Amino acid sequence: MKHLRAVNRKAVRVAGEIDAAAADVHALQEGAPPQPKPVPHYPVGCTIVFSPGWEVDSSGGTAGLCQPAERDLYDCYATCFWPAQVPDHLNNYPDWTKKCASATKDWREIDLVFP
Amino acid sequence: MKVLEAETYQAGEVHRFEAAGQEFVYLAPAGGIFGISAAAAAVLETMGAAGRRMDELRAEMRAAGFSAGDVEEALEELIEARVLERPRTLPPPRQKMPERFPLQSLVMNLTNQCNLSCKYCYEYGEDKVATPDGKPKFMDWETAKASVDFFLQDSAGRERLHITFFGGETLMNFPLLKKVVDYAEAAAGAQGRAVDFSLTTNATLLTPAIIGFLADKRIGVTVSIDGPPDMNKLRVFANGRPSYDVIAPKIRELLARHRTRPVGARVTLTAEVTDCIRIFRHLTEDLGFQEVGFAPVTSSQKNLVTIGSGKMDSILEQFCALADEYLAAALENRQHAFSNVTDTIAELHEGVNKSHPCGAALGLVGVGPSGDIAPCHRFVDSDTHKLGNVFTGIDRSKQADFLERGHIDAKYDCHTCWARPLCAGGCHHEAYVRYGDTGHPNLHYCDWIRTWTDKCLRVYGAIAAQNPGFLEHFERRKAS
Repeated sequence: MKHLRAVNRKAVRVAGEIDAAAADVHALQEGAPPQPKPVPHYPVGCTIVFSPGWEVDSSGGTAGLCQPAERDLYDCYATCFWPAQVPDHLNNYPDWTKKCASATKDWREIDLVFP
Repeated sequence: MKVLEAETYQAGEVHRFEAAGQEFVYLAPAGGIFGISAAAAAVLETMGAAGRRMDELRAEMRAAGFSAGDVEEALEELIEARVLERPRTLPPPRQKMPERFPLQSLVMNLTNQCNLSCKYCYEYGEDKVATPDGKPKFMDWETAKASVDFFLQDSAGRERLHITFFGGETLMNFPLLKKVVDYAEAAAGAQGRAVDFSLTTNATLLTPAIIGFLADKRIGVTVSIDGPPDMNKLRVFANGRPSYDVIAPKIRELLARHRTRPVGARVTLTAEVTDCIRIFRHLTEDLGFQEVGFAPVTSSQKNLVTIGSGKMDSILEQFCALADEYLAAALENRQHAFSNVTDTIAELHEGVNKSHPCGAALGLVGVGPSGDIAPCHRFVDSDTHKLGNVFTGIDRSKQADFLERGHIDAKYDCHTCWARPLCAGGCHHEAYVRYGDTGHPNLHYCDWIRTWTDKCLRVYGAIAAQNPGFLEHFERRKAS
């Protein structure tokens, strides 16, 4: 953290919780986050962006899965084969992924929409 | 995390303070202390008390010259650490009490008799809670042994145990004390556990043999003394004779011989005894105590020894002056004897967030000469507060009732106070004497406690910023 500096022992623990939450986000895109083995830290992320279907492997990462989580997102968006919580490409949000050239790198550029 | 434009945030329960030119926040719900950047401090400043919409806040921050990136990062971190929160609609869920909480400390009142008649003693006088009539005056060996056995059984799982001897005047039953030390050491040792001991005494009965025993057995000693002769004037024998001249040579001898543990002085402040700095100088420089702690007398308002609010302000000023001395010493890696600061900083460093003001009836209980169990030594011999007996154990329903009353969640006045992680409403006994209910918050010293806690936060922040290595003392202190 840049703007907050943990000073006492409790603050160190609070900061540790925050770092662990950030690690959840990383786990969704680039394999296992740095954490003690052998107990994997499974992400407890939301399904607002990553629609049903996102999963992790036994180490907490997504890299080894046959389909990346991002694939689900695009399937839902582009083809609407599943009634998921993503904007639809066909009628209402054709430009939703315009700033996102590569889903695994630029997914943060995909913003929420408010219909 | 993305902080949305239209969302409103407000400052969470934080207390801001400055130390060594740096900005800090103390998070009341957690007990965490963070140093904050200029951008984060400006966010809190701009936020105000009522909270702001994020788009308004961003605009103001940018107008004040902060870069958009800095503002976003500061907002994200402040929200993640819950320095900023969404306006709350529901109170946070209450945490359940643990079903069993093994004892850690036992206070044994070896006698309720005393050879002094201090004018302010809570064991006598109009504010006393004890009902000793018809009960033994001195603890016998059978009861003492049963107390230790009860303690070892009720502390299952704890490796290091603590027994404190108390009274009355503890040393009026010194033969029993010696037996208890030997028995408890052997009994705990047989279970692969260790006990350490401490006692509080008025020092009148110290002899070379007793001092030798205390030193050899590494028994922690706290001496009740209120300062030089004119400050110690309420500590008198039954016939009114002052005690200072009797105890001073014995204390010098104790301090010279007992070097295995720091010997502390415990000062009771009363209406006429408020010269903290002069008392401190006398006890540390003239007598040589390594630790000196002060506490105001416990009494109902009508009592003559009760300290008026003007005097409490003077005490606070003197405490702050001594705290400044403490800081200066800490920055030079020197220990300072003012233990009110040491104790508070130890808790701030850990980041404690108390459910109860102290361990009474939780990890600690008191036992009286009759074997009756009380929440702590101050309630010993009181029929109203009896929690059981060492021969029959703790009455769990009475214990639960005491703990429910004293729980911070039950003290509504405390719920908006940022100092509650350390104070938790204050002493149960003081509350009972003042308000007739052990669970009543001690509202008569709220402002005092907040000012004092703020002072200790500033001392702590300055040490953390300028000489963080000094705080390692507190890591070790906790470990021991």
